[in-house]
Amino acid sequence: MMNETTNILIVGVGGQGTILTSRIIGHVTRAGGLDVKISEIHGMSQRGGSVVTQVRFGEKVHSPIIMPGTANIILAFEKLEALRYLPWLKKGGVVIMNDQRVDPMPVIVGSASYPREIIQKIEESGASLLCVDALAKAREAGNAKSFNVVLLGLLSRYLVFAEELWLEAIEKSVAERFLEVNLAAFRLGRR
Amino acid sequence: MEQKLMTGNEAVARGTWEAGATVAAAYPGTPSTEITENAAKYAELYAEWAPNEKVAFEVALGAAVAGARAMTAMKHVGVNVAADALFTSVYTGVNGGLTVVCADDPDMHSSQNEQDTRHYGRAAMLPILEPSSSQEAKDFCKLAFSLSEQFDTPVILRLTTRIAHSQSLVELGEREEYVSKGYKKDAAKYVMSPGFARKRRLEVQKHMRALSEYAEESPLNRAEMADSSIGIITSGVLYQYVKEVLPQASVLKLGMTHPLPRRLIEGFAAQVDKLYVVEELGPFLEDTIKSWGLAVTGQELFSPIGEVFAQDIAAALGGVSLPPLPPDELPARPPLMCAGCPHRGLFYLLHKHKLTVTGDIGCYTLAAGPPLSAIDTCVCMGSSVSMAHGMEKAGHPAHKTVAVLGESTFLHSGIHPLINTVYNQSAVTTIILDNSTTAMTGHQHNPASGFNAKGRPAPAVDIPALATACGVKHVQVVDPFDLKATENALKAALQFAGPSVLITKSPCILLDKKAQFKPYAVGPGCTGCKICLKMACPALGLQEVPGRAKAKIEAAQCAGCGLCAAVCPSGSITRGEA
Repeated sequence: MMNETTNILIVGVGGQGTILTSRIIGHVTRAGGLDVKISEIHGMSQRGGSVVTQVRFGEKVHSPIIMPGTANIILAFEKLEALRYLPWLKKGGVVIMNDQRVDPMPVIVGSASYPREIIQKIEESGASLLCVDALAKAREAGNAKSFNVVLLGLLSRYLVFAEELWLEAIEKSVAERFLEVNLAAFRLGRR
Repeated sequence: MEQKLMTGNEAVARGTWEAGATVAAAYPGTPSTEITENAAKYAELYAEWAPNEKVAFEVALGAAVAGARAMTAMKHVGVNVAADALFTSVYTGVNGGLTVVCADDPDMHSSQNEQDTRHYGRAAMLPILEPSSSQEAKDFCKLAFSLSEQFDTPVILRLTTRIAHSQSLVELGEREEYVSKGYKKDAAKYVMSPGFARKRRLEVQKHMRALSEYAEESPLNRAEMADSSIGIITSGVLYQYVKEVLPQASVLKLGMTHPLPRRLIEGFAAQVDKLYVVEELGPFLEDTIKSWGLAVTGQELFSPIGEVFAQDIAAALGGVSLPPLPPDELPARPPLMCAGCPHRGLFYLLHKHKLTVTGDIGCYTLAAGPPLSAIDTCVCMGSSVSMAHGMEKAGHPAHKTVAVLGESTFLHSGIHPLINTVYNQSAVTTIILDNSTTAMTGHQHNPASGFNAKGRPAPAVDIPALATACGVKHVQVVDPFDLKATENALKAALQFAGPSVLITKSPCILLDKKAQFKPYAVGPGCTGCKICLKMACPALGLQEVPGRAKAKIEAAQCAGCGLCAAVCPSGSITRGEA
């Protein structure tokens, strides 16, 4: 069904929950019978730094790393990080972006300014952009912290896996007391 | 067979368990930490956090000499700490198998230097295995134990960050019921006095020769013949990159990079028109292959600095070059001390008093960047105290210098430098940041945290008593969130005539279950002086109010520590709604 490898780059700020998202995608691709590799960097980057998780799946995956210009989808938890990793996107690829701004320290102390017109810049690059206030949708689902799963719901629209696979994967990956909120968050994103 | 997505580190832990090992010891260090974290989850496997890599290595060696299969894991710089034991353990050899896992960090994602552990294979004379996936991480780990026993030597399993932290599919196996070989007294093998060591040196030579023969036939090394116009010799994750971008090329995949299979490599070279080596961190394989008189190309095409990626291989060997990445002119997003971090206030004070600060390895290195800019040096574990001592002996004023290090780093290699300040009489002020955890690597227990690697209660080192026992006459403990008390304690320690120790004690905010998380807010009295911003808190920022900028606090991020309120000259920052 899928001869080409699909590349998804998940970018954000350390502590935003990118790792849970990649874990769920991993479960879904496995349930779909595909080979998958996921790569992330731990350590220093956890402390509020720029973070990247790379997910690659298909019939047979060799490298765990996505080459610049080859990501099918960039799932961005923060706007500046979406812009930073735009060169990794394939021509005409999809950017799913949380409409949230988190100022990095150089901006906080005034030695740099937060880039303006990020949406226009991404659209001008030829990417198709889906920009959503995932925090608002997560609050609607019952907990602002579930915004990563709202983003996952948005992502699921672009992938071939059936809804049940996603719901099962979420069940496997989140604690039971947060399950209802996360399932609701996923559905709000997917719709 | 059940398949599971696993990181290389999880797979090494699984391999250790499947091999029937019963002892694992390590000190945390990115990217190797999760090996021992995961090993500790297996009930049949005793796992411990040792104070440092040398201790961990010796624990594992002792277990192997006693007849068990044992594993120790460390990051590349940890190998330097363990090297003393490593080099002579090659002479004693083992009894039960000993696997030494070393994780290198090309591009220094979380490290202070780049090192290539393969050089230790040559220098210490022992075999090195290099997996290229999580499946191989598990398989090679198991094989390392049996090779260790077969050739009577420790075996290094070398990972890099991309193997350690990438997940791929692993087939799970059963645990081998390994029966301990039992300890047999053998002074000629285990007592490395010169007379015995000279005899063992000959044994090392013998087993290295035998390992060279093994390398020729081992399934670890395999030629994948295809288009003969290009032949590539490679190992580790680079093998995956080569398969990704040059699926038609002939590849000699080396799972064992020391000792090298000379005949296999010569045979491969003879079958291809042009021979390349694809490797990271410099010409380790290439230099040896060239020394045999073979024509091979490598380092002219690839940088010895940082990582080599698939696109670099495509550009160098496939003639496919990707458009160059545009320069990143966007604001950088460096990692920061967390909101509510107990270290923040101290570094604010060190900056305020314009002190020279010799730093160390841990979260607090994050205080080196602006606006705190409060660290002068950071070299290796424990170096803060010894370097401050050296600066003082060179005439740098003691009352203007402090050494800072976390309690885990202090227990790793800070105790000897502290003894040195007493014995050799300097007036170094050592500040031990005790947050009850090894935080930077992801919160592992340590000898002062009160728990062991399995999460069970354990005796905790009394750090003030330890400092006193070393002969330090001025030892004080303060709560770092009490800025005034901390400032007074700092002044007193700096003024003390001999060596002094100041311990700032407060748990890491990420683990502090008692933390209030009641956010602070900026009131209308804010004058826009920006003094609070000097705290480098991710919850603080500026809001653009017409006319002048005012501070703002992101309530969702604020941990309620109150340090910003403590430094606000106009008293405009208060807890709760403004």
